[in-house]
Amino acid sequence: MSEVILPSEVAKRQHHHHKPAAIGGGLISPMTVVLGALVAVAFFFLGQRFIYGLGAVTNVNNGYPWGIWVVWDVVIATGFACGGYAMALVTYILNKGEYHPLVRPALTASLFGYSLGGASVLIDLGRYWNFWHILWPGYAHVDSVMFEVAACISLYIIVLWIEFSPAFLEHLGLKDAKRKLSKVMFFFIGLGVLLPSMHQSSLGSLLVVMGAQVHPLWQTMLLPLLFLLTAACMGFAVVILEATLAAVGFGRDLDHELPMLSKIGKIIAGVLTVYLVLRLGDIVVRGQLGAIFTSGFKSVMFLIEMALFAAPIVLMAKAANRKRLSKLFAAAGSMLTGAVLYRIDAFLVAYDTGPGWNYFPSVPEMMVTIGIIALEVLAYIVFVKKFPILPGQPHQPSNGR
Amino acid sequence: MYDDSAITFETDVESRFGLSRRDFMKFCAAMAATMGLPRGADAQIAEAITKKERPSVIWLHHQECTGCTESLLRSEHPTLDKLILDIVSLDYHETIFAAAGHQAETARLAAMEKNKGKYLLVVEGAIPTKDGGIYCKIGGKTSLELTRECAEHAAAIVAIGSCASWGGMPSTPPNPTGSAGVREALGRNDVVTIPGCPPNPYNFLSTVVHFLTFGTLPAVDPEGRPLFAYGRLIHENCERRAHFDAGRFAMEFGDEGHKKGYCLYKLGCKGPETYANCPTVLFGDAGPGSWPVGTGHPCIGCTEKGIGFAKPIHALADLKNQRPPVGYPRAVEEQGTGATLGSAALLVGVAAAAAGAGYKLVGNLGRDEDDDDQSQG
Amino acid sequence: MTINRRDFLRGAASGSAAVAACATLAPSRAEARGNLPIPENAVGLLYDSTLCIGCKACMSACKEANDLPLEDNVGEGLWDTPLELSGKTYTVIKIYQHGTMEHKDKAENGFAHIKRQCLHCADPSCVSACPVSAMTKDGPLGIVEYNKDACIGCRYCVAACPFGVPQFQYDTPFPEIAKCQLCKHRLDDGKIPACAEVCPTGATLFGSYAALDEEITRRKAMTPGEAALFPRRTVDSGDVHEKAAPEYIDDVYGDTEVGGTQVRYLSGVPFDKFGLPTDLPERSFASKSETLQHSLYGGLAAPVVVLAGLVAAAWRGSKNHHDDE
Repeated sequence: MSEVILPSEVAKRQHHHHKPAAIGGGLISPMTVVLGALVAVAFFFLGQRFIYGLGAVTNVNNGYPWGIWVVWDVVIATGFACGGYAMALVTYILNKGEYHPLVRPALTASLFGYSLGGASVLIDLGRYWNFWHILWPGYAHVDSVMFEVAACISLYIIVLWIEFSPAFLEHLGLKDAKRKLSKVMFFFIGLGVLLPSMHQSSLGSLLVVMGAQVHPLWQTMLLPLLFLLTAACMGFAVVILEATLAAVGFGRDLDHELPMLSKIGKIIAGVLTVYLVLRLGDIVVRGQLGAIFTSGFKSVMFLIEMALFAAPIVLMAKAANRKRLSKLFAAAGSMLTGAVLYRIDAFLVAYDTGPGWNYFPSVPEMMVTIGIIALEVLAYIVFVKKFPILPGQPHQPSNGR
Repeated sequence: MYDDSAITFETDVESRFGLSRRDFMKFCAAMAATMGLPRGADAQIAEAITKKERPSVIWLHHQECTGCTESLLRSEHPTLDKLILDIVSLDYHETIFAAAGHQAETARLAAMEKNKGKYLLVVEGAIPTKDGGIYCKIGGKTSLELTRECAEHAAAIVAIGSCASWGGMPSTPPNPTGSAGVREALGRNDVVTIPGCPPNPYNFLSTVVHFLTFGTLPAVDPEGRPLFAYGRLIHENCERRAHFDAGRFAMEFGDEGHKKGYCLYKLGCKGPETYANCPTVLFGDAGPGSWPVGTGHPCIGCTEKGIGFAKPIHALADLKNQRPPVGYPRAVEEQGTGATLGSAALLVGVAAAAAGAGYKLVGNLGRDEDDDDQSQG
Repeated sequence: MTINRRDFLRGAASGSAAVAACATLAPSRAEARGNLPIPENAVGLLYDSTLCIGCKACMSACKEANDLPLEDNVGEGLWDTPLELSGKTYTVIKIYQHGTMEHKDKAENGFAHIKRQCLHCADPSCVSACPVSAMTKDGPLGIVEYNKDACIGCRYCVAACPFGVPQFQYDTPFPEIAKCQLCKHRLDDGKIPACAEVCPTGATLFGSYAALDEEITRRKAMTPGEAALFPRRTVDSGDVHEKAAPEYIDDVYGDTEVGGTQVRYLSGVPFDKFGLPTDLPERSFASKSETLQHSLYGGLAAPVVVLAGLVAAAWRGSKNHHDDE
């Protein structure tokens, strides 16, 4: 028990945390060049898509109208971008100030995740020039789940930029504007928690209207709650992932952040437990327990999901594991893989519009998605090097990789 | 091309048939074409027809209107009647016989005796079977007795016309005389039937010529109809088919659609359930359009048992043949693109790279932590 | 440990989870939106598979009436050969075939046709799904209409429709959704849908929903094998033909499926043989989805309350921690 760090102690230890600072260093490195090349490939295929239509690049069809450009680029990518949401939730709403150093990097990832998620919607929209209809009175259809998702994501992207703007204002030396903004920031923070709660749950609700086309192991009225819980978990897991990768990638020291990360690991295990109880309980209540073992490939995918969600709970149950970055990272990785699979399964594997239809993403389709991820990582690298995002270090490393 | 110089006619074709040699070869080619025989068959046909020994033919008439004979005789094709009468030795035919009464019956019996097992029996008209078959008697014998007698030593039996094929018009419900076709009356299924009311002379002639040329009867369907003539639905070759496919129908006789030559399906055309080559061979060699549908009347299905003379003319046909392989999409069609080697490899590669990097990272971190633990401990 | 657990429980109970939970845990409100009824003046089609002779006149007329291009799936470029509804095809005649295919309208060694097209649901999933009101069902006739000028091409309707009807055009940079709109442009001119107009056997019959109801009842009361009259084009056109009554299966497709559809099917072969979904509940998916949405966001009541709580918490947090550094 003596090993457990009480929150008050953590707060005390972290009280002298360092202000965010830009890492600095050159932008050209093997990593950024590879990422840039991937982005260029994606843009080539996107050119084809806009000249010849979606079918020229993707394998989406009328049996599987949504492919990975929706499921990965929007549904999963915004889930990955929930770091800002998760950290804002614990830091500001649950009043845990000790997490504060993690907020800004998380927010940065969210900003790119959501901005690019919103942009990739445009790529996938067949009649993208009409996209503004979705928020335009007279066109907007408020009963549609998609309307809710689109409205909340659009608003949240704006809110994210506002939440993030202190970093810019700081960089630009606009102290006055920054001070004024900080006075009303609490409102945007509230909004910044409400909006993701709404649309992350609605990403699950999207499937409700598809009814019997979605396999009973996934189709339930609890979809919004299940999606929300996994989204929050994804947010927490991404914070761990991001901190680890930043530590390894930029050669940073994580000693200050480890206690926070270890508590986040505990939160993940807790939320996941609730999730698993709800999900399995719901399946039992709906009388679909048998389907877990009798649905062929879908059963296999379901069981893999369950294993990936259960693993972090087991890993994080031991206090010693929570203090080890490797275990935290493994738990976060398992959780994220599970959440990614949950979304892919719900939207693609469990979706069956009728016999005879097939879908598997084409190579160009995947290259576009990979390109978007590359763009996101590239932008993150550029930002943390140029803007004060990551917590400052006692001894600044000379440069990053 | 077929080299006809090699053919040496054993008899003088020109004088015997009153045909130029060129016209004769054209006739032979037409016969071969009607039966769908391969190139070169016309030479074989020519050779068979010009043989000195003409096969004996016994032609019986029962319950009928003689329309089959009439159509055969009055074909517009030059000298077709002459041909059919000259390539065979018609030893008994009530309509065109010069002899009468016992003289005729004697001739029949003599011919049957002389050509035992070699003569061709052609039956025209339905055979009444009710009440001992008393409803049609010739020379004191019922149709059934007469047919049985002639059939016994016939080399082949051909039933010409719908009546002889399955009963035709005389068998229309309630069928008071119990009329039946030759196959049914004799209980034999080796009888070739040439249904039609009247049948196309070419179909009959081709069957006979096939027999003369090859010594066998042509391939037939389960109803005994030669496949070369009855292998396809009228609907399949109909000149108005495009209107059917496009949904353009004559709604009543004389209306706008009827005048424009639209499909007659809605007027009760039985083309979709009737097997015959009417649209391709036409009638009477009178040029295009010389068949019922061509003249604006729906097909009544005269070559089809259960349709012609049985189903009302205005009743709609049921499509019989719906199985061309690409004609209809199946209820379930495979669509969309599944995993290809390339796409699957890319996905597996990316996933493996991510998993590998993660695993490596966990390992490295774990090692660092162990080092830390040791240095602390 | 106990403190941490309590912290966690507090976190889980408040904020995020509460928003979603209030919908799913409130069964009384979950019934807020029932199925939409069939509109009073609804029109529709009755497709009787036993009458269909597979002539495809409906497909041909549909293409002409709606100005749709030829679709070539066999590569010869001569014939319209759609395999399924598509971006170029609003209706398609498909075939069920089994064994020797000897008997029409029999499942065993038989064959039967099915006409695929929009069923014009009473409570359509596509309309509920569409975020920009491009899919609508607001006319008095209850036709599910599509407005390409509003459409953003998100394909949620394609994904949502349980019958796989709305079809997106993947082969053009300026795609639209393709789907039967019951020839509303012809109805405006006083004509009937092209497919019903040309059908030679009355297998596709146009009429008001009520009239078609009566016609279905009449047909199902027929004695199989006995001569019966079948109208063509519309129920009361007077253009009838006589035919032996077929043997129908009990189900009428579209009577109850997802709350009923205005286009209904009669058949001699069970509907699952045609690849149609037969396990659809009577409660429409649209009503379920909208009930969920209304419970969560009805009048924006729940979001505003939650927002107030969140903002209050954030304000308290910002005072305590001076987050602006």
